[in-house]
Amino acid sequence: MPTEYGTLAVWTAIVALGLVTFGIRASFIHLFGRLEAVPDRATNALRFVPPAVFAALTVPAFIAPEGAIAVVGNERLLAGLVAAAVTWYLDDVFATIVAGMATLWILRFGF
Amino acid sequence: MSLVHLPPEIRRGVRDVAPLLIGIAPFGLVAGAAAIDAGLTPLQAVGLSVVVFAGASQLAAIDLLGSNAELLVVVLTGAVINLRMLMYSASIAPHFRALRSGWKSLCAYVLTDQAYALSIARYTDAEAELDPRERRRYYLAVGLSLWVVWQCCTLLGIVVGARVPDSWGLAFAVPLVFLSLLIPAITTKPKAIAALVGGGVAVAGEVFAVPLDLGLILGGLAGVVAGVIADERLSTVSGNAESDAGGEP
Repeated sequence: MPTEYGTLAVWTAIVALGLVTFGIRASFIHLFGRLEAVPDRATNALRFVPPAVFAALTVPAFIAPEGAIAVVGNERLLAGLVAAAVTWYLDDVFATIVAGMATLWILRFGF
Repeated sequence: MSLVHLPPEIRRGVRDVAPLLIGIAPFGLVAGAAAIDAGLTPLQAVGLSVVVFAGASQLAAIDLLGSNAELLVVVLTGAVINLRMLMYSASIAPHFRALRSGWKSLCAYVLTDQAYALSIARYTDAEAELDPRERRRYYLAVGLSLWVVWQCCTLLGIVVGARVPDSWGLAFAVPLVFLSLLIPAITTKPKAIAALVGGGVAVAGEVFAVPLDLGLILGGLAGVVAGVIADERLSTVSGNAESDAGGEP
């Protein structure tokens, strides 16, 4: 699934994301004293960003890889379940990638 | 030059960060390989790692660029993922207030989960009593070590990714990485609800082909709102909030 965006568009996205990210990082470091601390309500809400966003990024890739919910014959769902079990027991990024990719390849190429 | 001749806080920082460097290596490899797989040029893949230098947001951007999402969605999603660093910036800012502006910018650029966590632990160690220069040295030893390893792993991933055939589906490593971040992030019931709602809305967005790929951002927002509401409900019912403030990796 190679991107159809041209060189300029990709670089625009890279630089824009870089600038926004630097702004977030530099915000309080540069404006210390002039900027009040993050309000408690915002801090509370930010705690839910990782589970919410990571789930939004992950779940469709496993459940609906082609745009429709697929269970039967969905090799990515099975690979994702195996990888989820590995994360659960080992909590290791590398092991999760290996388990998920290996399952995908076994289903695809039947080693 | 031997490590022995370096100032003590630099040595200390390098020593403390060493085990974490192994942890970021697979992310860096995926960031390089998946970028190539998504159709970025090697220069763009390196550029992404150097300009953004924030793993999860890089992978999200790669994923979205590969599926031709709107550019605004690419940038917004990456920004939302990086919003957590607002808290790190606020928390670590008092320790950097004596630094010159240039040093502050360098410190901001290399601010990551790992650099924040190690440095704040070192600064709050009562026995250490570091002066501003020692603090800067420790922080930059950690932050720049992470930076160098991240860039090297991205390069290695680019070389590997360019040699692997498309049928191997290397891009699938991206959701796998997010999966390995998602599961440890679900530490409380409200966070599980945030994940369920976030994932569910994103799937609905995918199935109903919501325009501009907004399903992802709507999913993230809905998940955060659901988590906050669940947190308030559960804490008023049981009388004690399932709070773990400050422990976010």
